[in-house]
Parts: sequence; structure tokens; C-alpha cells
Amino acid sequence: MKANRGARIKHGYWGQALALWVSAMVMTVHAVIETYEFSSPALEQRYHQLSQELRCPKCQNQNIADSNAPIARDLRVVLVEQLETGQTDEQILAFMVARYGEFVRYRPTVDRNTALLWWAPGLLVGAGFVALALHFMGRRRRPAPILSESETARIRALMDENDP
Amino acid sequence: MGRVSDLQARRFIPLLGFALLSLLLFRGLSLDPTALPAARLGQAFPEFAKPELRSGKSIGVTDLKTRPALVNVWATWCYSCRVEHPYLLKLAGAGVPIYGLNYKDDEAKARDWLAQLGDPYELNIVDVEGTVGLDLGVYGAPETYVIDGDGTIVHRHVGILDQSTFRADFLTWFPAYGAPEDPLATSRPVAK
Repeated sequence: MKANRGARIKHGYWGQALALWVSAMVMTVHAVIETYEFSSPALEQRYHQLSQELRCPKCQNQNIADSNAPIARDLRVVLVEQLETGQTDEQILAFMVARYGEFVRYRPTVDRNTALLWWAPGLLVGAGFVALALHFMGRRRRPAPILSESETARIRALMDENDP
Repeated sequence: MGRVSDLQARRFIPLLGFALLSLLLFRGLSLDPTALPAARLGQAFPEFAKPELRSGKSIGVTDLKTRPALVNVWATWCYSCRVEHPYLLKLAGAGVPIYGLNYKDDEAKARDWLAQLGDPYELNIVDVEGTVGLDLGVYGAPETYVIDGDGTIVHRHVGILDQSTFRADFLTWFPAYGAPEDPLATSRPVAK
């Protein structure tokens, strides 16, 4: 502890700056327990994005970045290869979808099968607002009370009677 | 009076909602959430150039295009494949052509397996890296595909292939094996 503090005083901020510089140099990704080297930080960024958007076909509620399944590992390797060979995001997603179906994407394209998936939340919220509007409109034009005037007077009399 | 009946009708709205939701959830009970649509159905079996397990010769997709056949994805590390194996032998014995895709396996182990347990396969694609499997959309073993004579993928089954599955889903392409007097029928336990 003491030696450490001494070192920091001696080197001032140079030590920290050096540490920062070294850590910025390492362009690796810790996905599960593997390390991939990318030729540019932009590719690494896209790797992160795509590996989180691609769904593991074996363990269905994990993306391929988080899954330990062998197939997820294979798909990560393929992903890195394709990124390094200059494929666009669209090409990579098309490659995956051709083999594993729209299922493999967490954001599938809108088609007959996935339309409900995309639109149901909006429709449900809309239905909620409609129900709410109907409810408040119904409240505003409330009809005349069911009780006649004499009945109301009688209830009032009974209530007064019970008051101490 | 109209107002009262209106109120009574309103009382049943939650019940109606509940009934609809129950219907939806009940339907969900009978669905298999792990079932995936096969992306490759109706498409040609992907091109490949891989060694054959026994002969070591390089084979390609043309070697599969003869007649309707099964393509069985298997590996020695796959326990379910061992369970499935006797039924494959039975099918092969009855004359169903089966091609093997030895998926991400060790060649020597695979040869030992076939020597010990019997070999139902006409030929075996050695796919050590799993690239043919990837092109097919395989995500585990065992999987069994049906290809027709042109090499088009017409059916996919994920999991163990057994007699009830074969009878239920595969007879379209192998109608000869569904007749009561077919050779497979003898393997059924006799009811007493």
C-alpha cells in the first residue's frame, strides 16, 4: 500500500496516463470467454452490435454474445470472419437469416408472421386509450339519478336520524 | 330499465376478457416453443466438397442426388444419436437410403462407432468444422432432413428419429414403408 502511494507521488499523473494509453491500445472483445482481435475499432463496435442482435438458435432467450452453446460460438466465429472480409451488416444478417430463419434476429423484418409481433404493442396501447376515452365520455353524460325526489328526501331523513 | 340491463351486461366484460385470454394461453400450452421454422425448406441442399468417412474420397452435393433420401446429422459426442442409431439401422435394413453428416466430430471415433454399432449410412460427409451444418442451419444433433431426388430439402426433423415420428412425418416421401406388411411393422411390439 505504502510503496504504491509512493510510486504515485513520484510519477504524478504519468502512470495513470500510461495505463490509459495502454488500455486504449488493446482492441479485443471479451464476449463470453473468448478474445477476438479486430483490425479496427469500428469492426469491434459492429461486432458488439450484431452479436447482441443475433439470437442463439439453441438456447432461445440468449443472444449469441451471451450464450455458451457451441452453435453460438460457431456463429460468433462466422460473424468475426465476415466482418473482417468487409461484409455489410445487411449481408451478414441475410447470411444468418438464410440459414436459421427470421428467428435468429431479435428485430425481424416485418412480414406476415412478424406483423403482429411488431404492431401488437401499438395496437394494445391504442385500444387502451380508446377504452379510457369511452370511459370518461360516458361519465360526462351521466343520466338523471334513479331515485325520485321524495326517495332522496326519505334517505336524507333516515341518515339524519342515525346521526348522533 | 334499459340502463339496468346495460349495467348487468357490463359486468360480464371482465369475464369475456378472461375467457379470451384463457383461450389464447390454452392454445399456447399445446405449442412447442423450441420448434423453429426450417429456413432451408424447399431449397437445394447446399454445395459442399468434403471427404467421405470410409473411403476418404472427396464428395459433393451431386453424390446425394439419386432418389429421396434421409440426411442424418450425427456425432459420437451426441448421446441422443446413440439412442437413435438402432432405428436408423432398421430403416436402412428396410431399404431407406440414409446419408450421414458427421457433424463436428473426430473421424477416428466416428469410424469406431460405425464399426461397433453398425453402419446405416450409404456415405458419410465428414464435416469437422461444421460448415455444411452451418449452411444447412443445423443447431445441434441429431437432426434428420429429407431430400428428394433433385437434392431439394423437403423436410426437417430436429431430435431423435423414431418409428412414431417416421410414420407421422416421413411417409409422404417413403410411402412404401407405411403399409401394414412393411418390414418396419415387424419391429412393433405385439399387443397381447
